Amino acid sequence: MSDDASPGRAHGQLLLREMLRIRRFEARCSELYQAGKIRGFLHLYDGEEAVSVGVMQALGPEDAVVATYREHGQALARGIPMGPLMAEMYGKQQGCSRGRGGSMHIFDRERHFYGGNAIVGGGLPLAVGIALADRRLRRPALTACFFGEGAVDEGAFHESMNLAALWSLPLLFVCENNLYSMGTPVALAEAETDIARKARCYHMPGEAVDGMDPMAVEAAARRAVAAIRSGSGPFFLECRTYRFRAHSMFDAQLYRDKDEIGRWRQRDPIAGLQQQLRDQQLLGSDDLAGLEAGIERELADAVAFAEAGTLEPVSDLLRFVTLDKVPQ
Amino acid sequence: MSTAAQRLSYREACRQAIRAAIQADERVFLMGEDVGRYGGCYAVSKGLLDEFGPERIVDTPLSEAAFVGAGIGAAIGGLRPIVEIMTCNFSLLALDQILNNAATIPHMSGGQFSVPLVIRMATGAGRQLAAQHSHSLEGWYAHIPGLRVLAPATVTDARYMLQAALADPNPVLVFEHIMLYALEGELDPGVSAVDIEHAAIRRPGRDLSLITYGGSLPKALSAAELLAAEGIDAEVVDLRVLRPLDDATIMESVRRTRRAVVIDEGWRSGSLAAEVCTRIVEQAFYELDAPLARVCTEEAPIPYAKHLEDAALPQPEKIVAAARALVGGRG
Ligand SMILES: Cc1ncc(C[n+]2csc(CCOP(=O)(O)OP(=O)(O)O)c2C)c(N)n1
Repeated sequence: MSDDASPGRAHGQLLLREMLRIRRFEARCSELYQAGKIRGFLHLYDGEEAVSVGVMQALGPEDAVVATYREHGQALARGIPMGPLMAEMYGKQQGCSRGRGGSMHIFDRERHFYGGNAIVGGGLPLAVGIALADRRLRRPALTACFFGEGAVDEGAFHESMNLAALWSLPLLFVCENNLYSMGTPVALAEAETDIARKARCYHMPGEAVDGMDPMAVEAAARRAVAAIRSGSGPFFLECRTYRFRAHSMFDAQLYRDKDEIGRWRQRDPIAGLQQQLRDQQLLGSDDLAGLEAGIERELADAVAFAEAGTLEPVSDLLRFVTLDKVPQ
Repeated sequence: MSTAAQRLSYREACRQAIRAAIQADERVFLMGEDVGRYGGCYAVSKGLLDEFGPERIVDTPLSEAAFVGAGIGAAIGGLRPIVEIMTCNFSLLALDQILNNAATIPHMSGGQFSVPLVIRMATGAGRQLAAQHSHSLEGWYAHIPGLRVLAPATVTDARYMLQAALADPNPVLVFEHIMLYALEGELDPGVSAVDIEHAAIRRPGRDLSLITYGGSLPKALSAAELLAAEGIDAEVVDLRVLRPLDDATIMESVRRTRRAVVIDEGWRSGSLAAEVCTRIVEQAFYELDAPLARVCTEEAPIPYAKHLEDAALPQPEKIVAAARALVGGRG
C-alpha cells in the first residue's frame, strides 16, 4: 500500500465500499451457482477488485467501458445497479441484457458499457472504433478497455495498439495482469513478460502499477486520463494483480499451488485498504458495520429482484436478431 | 489384450486416441491453448503432459492465428501436428489460416505441398455458455474444398477417427460436440480402426430417415424411440464425415424409406442440412414420397437463458413433430 498517501475519509470509504460490493456480490454468485440458480461460465474477480474500482474513479459518465467475460467488477464499479446485474445472472428478462448474455455479456447502453466480451481480445478493436467515433463526432469522451494479459498474446491486441497510437485515439488500455490465462503463466505465454514495455513499440506511454492497491490504481488512472484528455493519444496501464479463485467454475487449478494463493491473499486489496484506513483513523468499527449492512441490504434486494424476475417468452427468441432502427 | 468390451466416456476415448497417436508416430504432437498444465479446457488432454512432456504436449499462448498457422507450417515441414482449438467459436481467429493456407496451398502449389494436419475443436451448445461459446460452425468448414471435416458422435469414432485423420495427407478438421464428452459407450474390442469416408446407419428403420451428425445424433436416436412408440419406424443415419459427404449411404437410405428429416445444429439458412437436402433432391427426387424436412437451430445467436437455449436448438420433440408430419400422409 502507498502508506504515505491519504485518500480522505469519504473517498477512502467509497473505495472500500465499491470493492466490498464486488466481493460480496460475487461471493453470493458463487453460492447461487452451486445452488444451480446461475449457470454457464462464471468468472470471478476475487482479488482484482482494486483495478476496476481504481480505474473507474478516473472516468466520467460520458466515457465508455469495454470489458471481458470477467466483468462483474467493472459493471458494478461503473454503476450498473445490482438488481439487473443479478437478474442477468439468473437469465431473467429484467437482466441488463434481458437474460440473453449471462455473466459474460453484461451490456448497459445508458452507462456506455459496451459489453463483457468472451472472445479473448475481442473487445480491443471495438474499443478502437468507439474511441474513433468519439473523436470524429467531437464527443469529449474516452474509452477504457479492460483485458487480461492473455489478450496480449492475440494479434487483435497488437493491431489495436497500433491503430490507436497511429490515429492518436482517446483510449485507455487497461491490462489486468493476474499472471495466468486460465492455467498458463505469463512466462509460458510471453517472450517479453514486462507487459507495460510493449506500449513502447507503439510509441504509446505505458505504466505498470500495483493492482492490489486501489489508491495507486486510481492515481495512475487519473494521470493516464489527464494525458489522454490533453489530446496526446492513447495510454497503456498495466495493473499487476492476482485472482484468488479458479479461472471459472470448471477449473481444478492443477497449475498453481495453494501457497502461492496464500501469499497473494496477504495482499488482499480489501483487507489492505481497511487496515490503512483504520491506521489513519479514517474508518471506525461503526463505519465498517454500516457499510457492510448497506451492502447486505443491496445484495438481498438484488437477489429478491432476480428471484422475482420473469423469463423472456420463447416467442421472443428471434426478437432483436435484426433491429428496425438504430437505438437512440 | 482383453477381449471384453471397454466402457468409457467420449472424452476418455478422445484422450486414448491422442495418446495412441503420439505413441505410434514420433512426428505427432498436440498443440493448443491450455492443453498441458490446465489439462485441456474440456479436460480431454488431462494427464498427457505428465505422460509425454512439453515437446509432445505443447501449451501455446492465446494466439489462434499464430498456432494454427504454425501447425500448418509444421505439417508442411514434415511433422504431424494435432492442433486443438478450444472451441470452434475461437477458430474464427484462425479462419484465414485454415482457408487461405491449409485448404489452399496444396492446390495452389500445383500439388507440391501437402498439409497433413489435424485440427480438433469443440462445437455446439447446451451448457448455457451464451452466444460466443455455443455455435456450430462445422457446416461452414464443410463448405471449403481441400478440407476433410469429421464429426465423431460415438465413442468408437472418438477413439479411432483421429488415427485415420492423421494418416490423411490433407488437413482434417474434427468437431467434438461439447455435450458428447460425458457420454459413455462401449468400445468393441474387435474394432481397431474406422474409416473416414462413410456415413453409418445407427438404427435401421423402414418409414423414414433421420439424417444427422455429432451432438444431434443422441437426439435423433431418442426421437426414433419416441416414434417407435407411435408405430413409426425411423432409420437414423449418422453422417460422420461432413466433407466429403457420403452421398451413396444417404441416397441408399432415402430410397428405401422415401422420406427424410435432416437434423443439424447449425442455423438453417445455408446450412449443411440445406446441402444434404439439395443432394437428395438432385439424386433421389422421384423416389421421395414426401417433401424433405429440416430441424435446425433457430436463426438467432444462442442465448444464455436455459429455456431460450433449449428453444433455439434441435430437440427430440421437434424431430418427432417433423417426422410425424412427413409420415402423416403415408398410404
Ligand atoms: C479467442 C479466445 N481464445 C480462447 C478463449 C478461452 N479462454 C477464455 S478466458 C481465457 C484466459 C484469458 O486470460 P486473460 O486474458 O489473462 O484473462 P483472465 O481470464 O486471466 O482474466 C481463455 C484462454 C477465448 N474465450 N477466446
